[in-house]
Amino acid sequence: MKIIYPIVVLLMNVAALAQQGQSEFQPVTEIPASEQMPSAPLVIAAYAFVWLAFVVYVWTMWRKLGKVEQELQTLATQIVKPRSTQGEGTPKRP
Amino acid sequence: MRKAVVPFFVLAGLIFMTAPILIARAPFAAGMGLDQKIFYFHMPPAMLMLLSAIFCGLISATFLVKRRPLYDWMGYAAAELTVLYGAIAMVTGPLWARKAWGVWWVWDPRLTMSFLLWMIFISYILLRRYGGPGSEVLAAGLAVFGMATSPFVYLSVNIWRTIHPLTTVVPTLPVDFAFPLWYSFTGFLLFYVALLTLRVSVEQQRALLDQLYLESEE
Repeated sequence: MKIIYPIVVLLMNVAALAQQGQSEFQPVTEIPASEQMPSAPLVIAAYAFVWLAFVVYVWTMWRKLGKVEQELQTLATQIVKPRSTQGEGTPKRP
Repeated sequence: MRKAVVPFFVLAGLIFMTAPILIARAPFAAGMGLDQKIFYFHMPPAMLMLLSAIFCGLISATFLVKRRPLYDWMGYAAAELTVLYGAIAMVTGPLWARKAWGVWWVWDPRLTMSFLLWMIFISYILLRRYGGPGSEVLAAGLAVFGMATSPFVYLSVNIWRTIHPLTTVVPTLPVDFAFPLWYSFTGFLLFYVALLTLRVSVEQQRALLDQLYLESEE
């Protein structure tokens, strides 16, 4: 029984040594298909980004234009009012 | 003005929705996989970024000579679109490079010069936004400088050693590749025209608003 214990320890050390880091690299011409990086997500991401960029820009422009047009309308009514009531002061910029 | 640009947006949207069908039917390029399909969303915005920079420079030079506000508005709109199209090219390019070259970005002459051109037009926008009165003249000068950089960006692949595809690729494309490419380019171009018109109209309305405020104060 006393002999078995050192043998077990020795075998464990051998197993541990066998699991140590890779000592050399083996050259291959092609990596397996399972290891290759898939292209589809990259293509989809590119297409999605184009849409996203345009939608965000168009939305921003539409909002800016709407805001300016609304301000123009408000100003027009403010200008007309003082003229009809005479001397209510100049319209203030929001 | 809003109604006038709607057909452009609709047509460009239809082209963008149908383009993937043509792109999927296009053959694969030798030595490249599915990632080469990004080319159809990368080359048109990159080319339009350069054309937009040249347009912005020319219109800004005209503004510096004639000082008509319309040229300034067009220059501002073109600068913004140069940045937008540049952003699309700067994002789609690395997505393709990651697979084709194994890295997202390299400081290759074409990539570096494109990035610099993009930064010049970002500076233009920052100058216009925070530069205060008179910034439109300074920005116009910057746009002329940006325009002068554009030919170097285009020719950089032929002048210096680079891993980026050369300028000879597009003119020599077989029809199977060229048709989806120019179809996609048409969509990007239509979007450009529509966005430019819309952006100029925003500036026009803003100028009218400023004028009305000034008149009401007098």
